[in-house]
Amino acid sequence: MDSDLIVQILFAAVKTGTPLLFIALGEVICEKSGVLNLGQEGMMLMGAVVGFLAAYGTGSAGLGVLAAMIMGCVMSLIFAVLVLHLGANQVATGLALTIFGTGLSAFIGSGVVGQTIQGFQPIAIPLLSDIPFIGKILFSHDILVYSSFAMTFALMFVVNKTRIGLTLKAVGENPHAANAIGIKVLRVRYLAVMFGGVMAGISGAYMSLVYTPMWVENMTAGRGWIALALVVFASWRVGRIMLGAYLFGLASIMHLVLQGLGWSISPNLLAMLPYVATVAVMVIISADKFKEKLLAPRALGKPFDPRQMA
Amino acid sequence: MIRIQARTEPSSLMKVASPLLAIVLTLIFGCILFSAIGKSPSQALHVLLIAPLADSYNIGEMFVKMGPLLLCAVGLSLCYRANMWNIGAEGQLLAGALGGSAMALYFIDSESAFALPITLLAGVASGMIWAAIPTFLKLRFNSNLILTTIMFNYIALYLLIWAVHGPLRDPQGFGFPESAMFADSTLLPTLFESSRIHLGVAFSVVSAFIAWFILSKSHLGFQIRVFGSDEPAARYAGFSSKKLSWFVMLFAGALAGLAGVSETTGPIGQLVPNVSPGYGYSAIIVAYLGRLHPLGAILAAVFMAVLYMGGDLAQIEMGIPVAVVSMFQGVLLFFLLACDFFINNRLTLSNQATN
Repeated sequence: MDSDLIVQILFAAVKTGTPLLFIALGEVICEKSGVLNLGQEGMMLMGAVVGFLAAYGTGSAGLGVLAAMIMGCVMSLIFAVLVLHLGANQVATGLALTIFGTGLSAFIGSGVVGQTIQGFQPIAIPLLSDIPFIGKILFSHDILVYSSFAMTFALMFVVNKTRIGLTLKAVGENPHAANAIGIKVLRVRYLAVMFGGVMAGISGAYMSLVYTPMWVENMTAGRGWIALALVVFASWRVGRIMLGAYLFGLASIMHLVLQGLGWSISPNLLAMLPYVATVAVMVIISADKFKEKLLAPRALGKPFDPRQMA
Repeated sequence: MIRIQARTEPSSLMKVASPLLAIVLTLIFGCILFSAIGKSPSQALHVLLIAPLADSYNIGEMFVKMGPLLLCAVGLSLCYRANMWNIGAEGQLLAGALGGSAMALYFIDSESAFALPITLLAGVASGMIWAAIPTFLKLRFNSNLILTTIMFNYIALYLLIWAVHGPLRDPQGFGFPESAMFADSTLLPTLFESSRIHLGVAFSVVSAFIAWFILSKSHLGFQIRVFGSDEPAARYAGFSSKKLSWFVMLFAGALAGLAGVSETTGPIGQLVPNVSPGYGYSAIIVAYLGRLHPLGAILAAVFMAVLYMGGDLAQIEMGIPVAVVSMFQGVLLFFLLACDFFINNRLTLSNQATN
C-alpha cells in the first residue's frame, strides 16, 4: 500500500468520524449530568432532514446547520420534559424519541429525497495543510470538521478545568449532594440534555450537508447508536471520544479500503463491520466490571426528584 | 392554581386509562398534523382507523400484521418485566426469517409432512441464537444489552441482504435479490377461505396466553415479577438473575424468530430483503401499550396493526408518506409515558391541598 492511499484512507476516516465525534461529544456531556438519552438516532435524523430542507430552501449551508441545531434542541426538550419533569423511564423515552424522529424525518423529507445541494466546500488551512501527511489528513477539510476540533478542545477544557465541569460532574455523580450545596440539579440536566440535542443536530447536518450531501430516509444508519457505544469506549472522557470517533470512522470505511485492495468480499458482509466492531469494543471495554463502575457517572439513568428532598 | 401532588397509592384506574388516553391524544395530534399539511382530518382518521376494519379482506390483512407484532411484543413484555432491555426483536425476527428460509429452500423439492415443522423450528432456533449471543455477552462480559441488541439488528439485516444477493438467491430469478418461491410443503396453511390469515396468527395469540400463564401462574413468572419490581428482594430470596435473564431472552428470541419464519412461509412465501417494516421496533411500543402484560399486548397489537394498515391505505388513497406510521408510534409512546406520570401523581387545586 503506497503512502498516498494511506493518506486518503485516514482523510476519509476523519471525515467519516466527524458526525460520530459531534454526536458523541453531545452525549458524553448529557451522560456526565446523569441522563442517558437513547434518542440520539432520532435527533440526528431530524437534524439531517431539517438541515437539508433549510439549506435547500435558502441556498445557505450555514443556515442549514443553524436550523439543524435548533431542531436537535427542540427534540431534546421533548425528552427532557418527559424524563426530568415527569420522571418517565429514560430508556423508554429515548427509544420513543428515536422512533418518532425516524418517522417524522422520513415524513417531512419525502419531498426532497434524491435532491442534491451545494454543501460546504473544503477549505485548506494555509501553512498547516502543507505539512506532509498530517496536513492532508487533518487540515484540508470543511469548516464543520474544524469546528469539531475546536469543540473537542473547548469541552476538554470546560469539563476538566472549570467550575461548570465540576458542577456537571457533581450532578451526574451525586445529585443529592449537589442539590444540598445549592446546585439546581434539574436545570443543569436540562442544559446538558439540550447541549446533546444541539450536537446531534449538527451531526445530522454534517451527514446531509457535507458527507453525502443529500437527504435519504434513515441515512444515519445507526450512527446515533454507535455514538452511545463510543461514549462507553471513551470511558466518559472527552479527549478519548475524538480518538474513538476516528477509529470508528476507519471501521466504517474498511469496506472501501478492502475493495480498493481488490479483496472480493461481498459489500453487504463488509457493511456489517462497524456494527461488529461496536459489539467487539463493547465486550472488551465492559468486561472489567469494576473499571466500568468506577468510570461511568454514578447517577447515570437514575431519575432525580427534587420534591423528595424536602 | 393547579399543582401536582404525589399519590399515596399508585392509581390502578390510571394504569388502565393511561394507554387509552394516550391513543386519544395521539389521534388528536394526528388531526392537527393533517390539518397543518392541508388534508382533511376526518378523512385521514377514517382512512387510518375505520377503513382498515371496513371489510373482511382488510380485517384479514390487519390480523396478518398483528401476528408478528404480537409474537415480538409478548417476548419483549417478559424481558422488560425482568429488566432485560432487549431492543433486538427486529434482528431476532430477521434471523428467524433467514434461518427458516434456508431450511425451506432445503425442502424446496420435498413433499414431506415434516418439512413445515422443521422449517418453523429452524426459524425459532435462529431467533433464539440471535437473542442468545447478546445475552451471553451481557452475562459473561457485562456489555450493554441495549447497544448489543441494536447492533445485532443491523448485523442481521446485512446478513439477510447478503443472503438474498448471494447463497439464497433464486437462480432463475433474473438476478433479483429474492429467494425462490417456497414449496407448498413449507408454506403455512391459511385458516379461512378468501383471507391471508395464516397459522402464524394463531401462534401469536396462543403465545400470548402461554406467556400470561407463565407470568401469572408459575413460580418462574413469580420470580420474573419480583425481579422486575424489587431486584434486591429477588436477590435476597435467592432467585437466580442469570437463569431468569436466559429464560426471558430465549423466550423472546424464539417468538421473534417464529414471527420471522411465519412471515416468509406465510404471507410472503419466499425470502425478500424487506421482510419486516420494522415490526420488531414497533413491538416495543406494543409491549408498553399493553402494560407489559401478555394479554394486554393482544389489544395493543390489534391497535398497532390497524395503524399499519391505515398507514398503507393513507399512502394509497391520500398520498401521505407511509412514514407517518412510525411517527405516530413515537408520539403514542411519548403520550403514554406522559400519562403514566399520573399513575403516581395527581393534579389538585392548591386551595384544597393546603393542609
